[in-house]
Amino acid sequence: MNLQAEIPLDYMIVLSTIVFFVGLMGVIIRRNLITMLMGIELMLNAVNINFVAFNHYLFPHRLEGHFFALIVMAIAAAEAAIAIALIINIYRQFATVSVDDVDELKY
Amino acid sequence: MDFSYTILILLLPVALFFIIGLLGSKMNPKVSGMIGTSGLFIITLLSYVTAFNYFTHRTGEVFQSIEVFQFVWLPFTDRLVIHLGILLDPLSVMMLVVITTVSLMVHIYSLGYMKGEVGFARYYAFLSFFTFSMLGLVVATNIFQMYIFWELVGVSSYLLIGFYYERPSAVAAAKKAFIVTRFADLGFLIGILLLSFYTNTFDFIALTDLNGPAIAQSSGVVFLGMSVTTWAMLLIFMGGAGKSAMFPLHIWLPDAMEGPTPVSALIHAATMVVAGVYLVARLFPIYHFSAPGALEVIAYIGSFTSLFAAVIACTQLDIKRVLAYSTLSQIGYMMVALGVSGYGSEAGLGYMASLFHLFTHAFFKALLFLGAGSVIHAVHSNLMTEMGGLRKHMPITHITFLVACLTISGIPPLSGFFSKDEILVAAFEHHKLIFAVQWIVAGITAFYMFRLYFTIFWNSNPQYNHVPHESPPTMTIPLVILALASVFSGFVPFHDLVTSDGRALITEFHWIVAIPSVLVGMVGISFAAVLYYKKNSKPETVAKGLKAFYTMAYQKFYIDEVYLFVTHKVIFQFISRPIAWFDRHIVDGAMNLIGNTTVFFSGSIKKMQSGQMQEYIWYFTSGVLLLTLLIFYLN
Repeated sequence: MNLQAEIPLDYMIVLSTIVFFVGLMGVIIRRNLITMLMGIELMLNAVNINFVAFNHYLFPHRLEGHFFALIVMAIAAAEAAIAIALIINIYRQFATVSVDDVDELKY
Repeated sequence: MDFSYTILILLLPVALFFIIGLLGSKMNPKVSGMIGTSGLFIITLLSYVTAFNYFTHRTGEVFQSIEVFQFVWLPFTDRLVIHLGILLDPLSVMMLVVITTVSLMVHIYSLGYMKGEVGFARYYAFLSFFTFSMLGLVVATNIFQMYIFWELVGVSSYLLIGFYYERPSAVAAAKKAFIVTRFADLGFLIGILLLSFYTNTFDFIALTDLNGPAIAQSSGVVFLGMSVTTWAMLLIFMGGAGKSAMFPLHIWLPDAMEGPTPVSALIHAATMVVAGVYLVARLFPIYHFSAPGALEVIAYIGSFTSLFAAVIACTQLDIKRVLAYSTLSQIGYMMVALGVSGYGSEAGLGYMASLFHLFTHAFFKALLFLGAGSVIHAVHSNLMTEMGGLRKHMPITHITFLVACLTISGIPPLSGFFSKDEILVAAFEHHKLIFAVQWIVAGITAFYMFRLYFTIFWNSNPQYNHVPHESPPTMTIPLVILALASVFSGFVPFHDLVTSDGRALITEFHWIVAIPSVLVGMVGISFAAVLYYKKNSKPETVAKGLKAFYTMAYQKFYIDEVYLFVTHKVIFQFISRPIAWFDRHIVDGAMNLIGNTTVFFSGSIKKMQSGQMQEYIWYFTSGVLLLTLLIFYLN
């Protein structure tokens, strides 16, 4: 199967841009900490798409992009674990997971 | 002759200072006192041995100056090297004897006088420190080493004046003494730098060498009509005048009486205050050959101070203050003698007389102070109006005090007669006006000393709260020893030992000077006896008759007020205030402006830190987007 023939690189970049900004919007607009975490995961995945796509289209005989995507996934898993641990602690402390109510650290 | 053991004279007191100072709080006060006193006893013996060896081993006609130790301490450049060492010559050996003797007497006396005081060990530590500094000062081989010890002496004087630091007056007196002498030492330092800049040496032997750079080669530089050497020597004398409390730098000495009385006897009567005399005597050849103008200034200042202080002493009521002014007056005598002296053989009579008077004065003035301390100890007051009739209660103090009073009044054959007589002879041969002033001062001295004596030991019998009793033997034994020294020190053959050029000189007895000086002393004593032997109204009548003058003298001629006026109204008002204003408003203002601007701007933007995480993400994202757009635009 030859992807290059059917789907050009531009499509991939557009896809990853859309996924990235969907994630960013999720982080900025949603007040729920869990949803914000999901937004962050989306942004990471957008980056992964870029890594794999560029590797495939520009340097098909090399593997760095793939490896980077794998590392990002591993980091994302660790980050999700830490983030959820933080959210649980915030919930215990403030009895809420809404980011608006967690604003103690200010001027 | 090997004098290398003299290093112990310096090392022992500093060791005592550290032992008592560091361990004093751990041990019984009595033990620390005994350690200090016995240590000083050894130092005194060493000094006596040194003096004996030095004066009995003369090579040829002249006493040689011996540099026992001389090692490089601070090599700044090839030319500017500062040494530390020990110099033995007749002058320094004589001073060693005086200082250690008086210091030992004061150590013994303090065992009784300071008994039970808080800080007894601290007192002995400071005494050791003072002894160390003073001994270091007199054996200094160069003027810079002398300056260092000079300042150490000032520090220990400060510490001991302020010994009762809970008392505000003692603290003020300590500060006053330190600041006034420190101000004078500024002149001393400038003088040292000027002198050594033109002579390229600090060393006393090189400086006072008759063929050396200070005397043989005139620098030829003239500033404001006087040679630079004269300026340098005048500035050095300013340091000496500060330490020796010469007019107009005398104001600290009467206040320094706030310290414990034995300290006054040691520092402010016998040793430290004669450091100025010692300094002038040490550099005497330079004064005589290169700066005769400065020497004349010394004679006039000394003469004026002796008259001025003697007049004030007649009116004071605090017995220690009377003695303080008397000290000023007697140091004035020593300065006069140096000022009128020539150099070499018989012309150097004044030099010999000055140091002779220093020697005898140390004993009888220390005796007077210790006697006064004994009286204060018994009566618990400094004011002579609260004393009287003490001769029955305190026989030993009474007799020794009488001996000291007779000595200072110049009654033969006590020591004061000989030394004062030599000074008067020297003044008579040099300058008739100064002789006349000193002759009158001799009369006034006898008057105020016997005013003190009669008021304390005769006069009225006031009601004491408890009957005064004689002091313990630790206090009376030093009194007796010092009384013996006052009687017999006049027979020391000083003209053979301590002279301007190291050669013995022949002194003649001048009837023409001796008879009037004894007579004027007798007249002074008689006046005092008439006025103060029994309580009567004559002193008040005399005081009323001289009302304006008496008030002026009682208020010490308003010199303190003049100082206050000059410092507060002139210096503070016109120099310090504007500088303080500049510092507060311009310098601090610039700093405050920077600070306030930062506070203002940060205040206006601090609301951005709202704690709302999503706002931060907005700022961050829009920032990144803007940067990206900017980069695109620039490319």
